Amino acid sequence: MIYFDKVTKIYPDDSLALDQVSFGVEPNEFITIVGHSGAGKTTLLKMLIAEEYPTEGTVFFESANIHRLKKRDMNKLRRRIGMIFQDYRLIPNKTAYENIAFAMEAVGRSDSEISSDVPHVLELVDLGNKIWNFPHELSGGEKQRVAIARAIVTQPDIIIADEPTGNLDPINTYEIIKILQKINELGTTVLLTTHNKGVVDAVSGRVITMEKGKITRDDKAGKYIL
Amino acid sequence: MIFTHFKRITRTGFINFWRNGFLSFSAIVVITLSLSVFGALIFGSAFGRALLKEVKNKVDINVYFVLDSQESDILSLKKTIEKLPEVSKVEYVSRDQALIDFKEKWKDNTLILQGLDEIGTNPFPAILNIKAKEPSQYAGIANFLDSKNSFSKDGNNIVEKVNYNQNKLIIDRLSRIIPAVEKAGSILAIILIIVAVIITFNTIRLIIFTAKDEISVMKLVGASNAYIRGPFVVSGIMYGIFSGIITLVLLGVFAYYSDVLIVKFAGVQSANDFEILVNVFSSYFFENFGQIFGIIMGSGIVLAAISSYLAVRKYLKV
Repeated sequence: MIYFDKVTKIYPDDSLALDQVSFGVEPNEFITIVGHSGAGKTTLLKMLIAEEYPTEGTVFFESANIHRLKKRDMNKLRRRIGMIFQDYRLIPNKTAYENIAFAMEAVGRSDSEISSDVPHVLELVDLGNKIWNFPHELSGGEKQRVAIARAIVTQPDIIIADEPTGNLDPINTYEIIKILQKINELGTTVLLTTHNKGVVDAVSGRVITMEKGKITRDDKAGKYIL
Repeated sequence: MIFTHFKRITRTGFINFWRNGFLSFSAIVVITLSLSVFGALIFGSAFGRALLKEVKNKVDINVYFVLDSQESDILSLKKTIEKLPEVSKVEYVSRDQALIDFKEKWKDNTLILQGLDEIGTNPFPAILNIKAKEPSQYAGIANFLDSKNSFSKDGNNIVEKVNYNQNKLIIDRLSRIIPAVEKAGSILAIILIIVAVIITFNTIRLIIFTAKDEISVMKLVGASNAYIRGPFVVSGIMYGIFSGIITLVLLGVFAYYSDVLIVKFAGVQSANDFEILVNVFSSYFFENFGQIFGIIMGSGIVLAAISSYLAVRKYLKV
């Protein structure tokens, strides 16, 4: 469903972030991308939501070239992708409920859908009792769970998680990974980056290893090797 | 769909306005200051116009008649003058009236009144007070009076003197100063308005800068530009409404107290001399309230809404 074709990205300061990267993602895969900081993992994910544009090469989502989409189609594409970030990126002056409701409002869901789905999805990430808390009233693990709830509530085709456990302790990390696996089992493709060995070993899916902007390994059911 | 969108945008705008209380407060303060500048300009020009009108009113030329001229001759001259297009008003003061006026003016000064009694007869000539529509037109009227054969039926000149030449200096100056003052006033007004607009725009830009990350999150969730921008514009409109109301209240209070202060500082005597300046602000404010309300509220809302609209645009390019 996603295909990177010889994608190269050189940032304006001449640093090479991606170097002729090619790989494909099949529906319902759980892919872990590992690599040191600066290996190009985040740039790779940013390409997918057109937050960055490739210097060379193309990125396809199904048959569409992501970077040639019109603004309106771009918004539609982004609605099919759920993003999860290391720094959560919740809207600070909205409650947990409103943060998730906002994502649904943006896609044009009806009020009745919102009022039934939001509590349900918060229940799913085990935050049923913190619906009306603002982000600053939540712990790191709780914020990340709200972010996951926001990402999945619109039932996207693919979840992109950029080091979602980077700021979390081992127990929270484990819980987040469990939630992501559950989402994957329910039929959503998951693309996860990490440099945490424990995460990779716990997931035991396809592992892509990146180094200095290049893919050095791509193993089905791989292990953490660096 | 459009209705739900509209409802949600409005609601979010309201919620953001209340939750970002301090930011909203500072926006309201700044916009109120800008609108007060507009208000000050409105009042300033009203005051200036009233003052100019009053000064113009003070200027006139007077025709003094010889003591034994007939009233009928004077009245027929008055009719001729009134037909001139430049003349706005001609006032006839008879000899008797002039005496009464004089006595009234000096009623507290027995010395002068005694002197008057000593003369025995009425020393005052009849007068025509002529007011032109514009100060620059007095020269023409004076010329007309000079060239006119202002003689009575039996051939005697009834005009003793026309005091245009004494008043010429001040009339000339006024006709030069008034346009200059009006021009300077409008240039100052334009500069102040530009400054006020820039300050408002920058304040709102700073407020929206704090929501930069929020906007990028909304983009990544797939919200359309209009949907992201809407609540900011709604908040902007609310800044405008609140600032407008506060400004109108401030202007009302200012109008009331400044009138009191003018009379206090200028003294009752000169307040009477310039009687048009009594209550100049409050009467102007209440007579033109609809217009002032429209200008202040309208510019507040439009200014804040457009500033918000433009300020968000910068962060929508993710």
